[in-house]
Amino acid sequence: MPAVQETVERVRAIDVDQYKYGFVTDIESEKAPKGLSEDTVRYISARKNEPEWMLEWRLDAYRRWLTMEEPTWARVSYPRIDFQDYYYYSAPKAAPKSIDEIDPEILKTYEKLGIPLRERDALLGIQREGGSKVAVDAVFDSVSVATTFKEELAKAGVIFMPISEAIREHPELVKKYLGSVVPVSDNFYATLNSAVFSDGSFVYVPKGVRCPMELSTYFRINERNTGQFERTLIIADEGAYVSYLEGCTAPQRDENQLHAAVVELVALKDAEIKYSTVQNWYPGDKDGKGGIYNFVTKRGDCRGDNSKISWTQVETGSAITWKYPSCILRGDNSQGEFYSIAISNGHQQVDSGTKMIHLGKNTSSRIISKGIAAGHSDNTYRGLVSAHRKATGARNFTNCDSLLIGDLCGAHTVPYMEAKNASAQFEHEATTSKISEDQLFYCLQRGLSQEEAVALIVNGFVRDVLQQLPMEFAVEAQKLIAVSLEGSVG
Amino acid sequence: MLEIRNLHARIGENEILKGLDLTIPDGEVHAIMGPNGSGKSTLSYVLSGKPDYEVTDGSVSFDGADLLALDASARAAAGVFLAFQYPIEIPGVANMTFLRAAMNAQRKARGEEEISTPDFLKLVRAKAPDLGISQDMLRRGVNVGFSGGEKKRNEILQMTLLEPKLCILDETDSGLDIDALKVVSHGVNALRSPKRSMLVITHYQRLLDHIVPDVVHVMHKGRIVRSGGPELALELEESGYAAYAQDAA
Repeated sequence: MPAVQETVERVRAIDVDQYKYGFVTDIESEKAPKGLSEDTVRYISARKNEPEWMLEWRLDAYRRWLTMEEPTWARVSYPRIDFQDYYYYSAPKAAPKSIDEIDPEILKTYEKLGIPLRERDALLGIQREGGSKVAVDAVFDSVSVATTFKEELAKAGVIFMPISEAIREHPELVKKYLGSVVPVSDNFYATLNSAVFSDGSFVYVPKGVRCPMELSTYFRINERNTGQFERTLIIADEGAYVSYLEGCTAPQRDENQLHAAVVELVALKDAEIKYSTVQNWYPGDKDGKGGIYNFVTKRGDCRGDNSKISWTQVETGSAITWKYPSCILRGDNSQGEFYSIAISNGHQQVDSGTKMIHLGKNTSSRIISKGIAAGHSDNTYRGLVSAHRKATGARNFTNCDSLLIGDLCGAHTVPYMEAKNASAQFEHEATTSKISEDQLFYCLQRGLSQEEAVALIVNGFVRDVLQQLPMEFAVEAQKLIAVSLEGSVG
Repeated sequence: MLEIRNLHARIGENEILKGLDLTIPDGEVHAIMGPNGSGKSTLSYVLSGKPDYEVTDGSVSFDGADLLALDASARAAAGVFLAFQYPIEIPGVANMTFLRAAMNAQRKARGEEEISTPDFLKLVRAKAPDLGISQDMLRRGVNVGFSGGEKKRNEILQMTLLEPKLCILDETDSGLDIDALKVVSHGVNALRSPKRSMLVITHYQRLLDHIVPDVVHVMHKGRIVRSGGPELALELEESGYAAYAQDAA
């Protein structure tokens, strides 16, 4: 059998049922009544001890959401979602006060995921050469169960806490910035999130501070039929710098789980935010049953001059991905970057890309997107680059490459470009290629196995993007790529 | 080393090898010459295990083992190396990374330890300059943006590092100017050893001035039709393949 043909056969036979992170943690949890109503919103707000203004904000979002239609323009198909069939809030019973009070079952879950939660373990396990550290804010279903390194960060003046706490402790910052990048009525899913978001991370880096460590949040969806609606808000004040890592896994479930997060980034004058995601949520089984629906709104606002926001994502999971991390280049000389690796296998559907909105003068943006489709999957890059009429000297470089493994999958590129200013310079490059029979044979003839050969070729294909990831993540991402394609080569 | 008996192979419906016999003892260099379409490259692919080529009859024994029972990577680990006529490009994979991955994959298959980074670097630094391979070529993607000559020299570098038992060179001289031909031949000759055999496939006698074979075979219509010493190559250069075409017909 020809090597590529064989690869295709193996992709077909891929047993994603063996999803590595598919285990369920058995803990008692407390849920809001099933379905969505004003009462659900009030319940969530009350559970969080939120101030009145926050409740009003949520209710306003909920009322707007009732008037909105679910978008259908993405190149994905799925049965209509019954929004009344989800639980909108789920928390482990008895909220922990300190790390020692955390349910050992939850700790075990994180151990399986390889996240050392205890500070000591984190220091031993995650501290890298050169002394870089990672602070972890672990979100277990809807509640942040523990935040490590809080004290050390506090010394630097960095605020890193669950957003539910920030609402109570730093209302002035939350009021000022929440919804300022992704408005309440931005889109169907963002509005839904605004009404029912349960938790997420809040980061504030004060003026001139370079955050002393990489910040990291691991999201995990555990409870059956719960939607997870995180809300993340990161603010880098003037001249500040922060690098934030987000990693996600969810246990295996038959029902499709809904996930609609909102991430807002604000970079003020001379500030820089680097946001990296590794997403490997359950993609569904070999017949396309189950898996996460991932409808995410991520947007960064380069609000000040000379600011910079950089998105890097490695997407290998979810049954459906609908995600366009974007940059609004408002400040003069501001820069936006988007580096993406999206791998789809089995029956996964990915519609992802970015938007670069050039508003300020001499703004520049760079998009490097690498899509890899295997199995029966569909992988679409959708991007918008636009220059406002006042955005003189706007520059963009876009490079979209797609790699196909087998002949049952699809790769699509849908770039939109709008320049309302004659001085704008936009460049777009796109390629689609297949792993060729000849490339595979060449590797095999040198002694590599099929699996090693495909992993090597794919790693070569995504190299430009891997280089953008922080060291800690790059290694993990490389492994993840091999794992995601494991089924594609046996 | 290598014993081929009555080998029949086809690609799709086309039978290309039609009862080929060939024996290469340890340490010998054999050349195969023949006109286009005689099945020379097919032989190299069948020996190295390229998919799409189906063996319908005959046997190939390599160091006493049944070569045809192994898949391509197992054959490589057993010591079969093919220097490609058209080396393949692998964008984004640094040449060094590829070399090391190949070495370690073969070592792993043989149950040996992986080579350490310092040992690997030392080895490459010792071997690359003789073949005129620069640091830049080692850093670039495998064969990406290499000239024809650079690609061929890179093949010989891989061969040098992997230390195969059987080297199959498929028209390694094609596309080389005389200087590059000398560099490549020098690299190949440096690998000649009593424990290593070579099968050199070529159209032209020119290469055999530099890599002097022990035996020359003439291949036509999927079979070896004549064998002799190095002088046979000279004779072919004089008279061409026409005579053999008539003999075989």
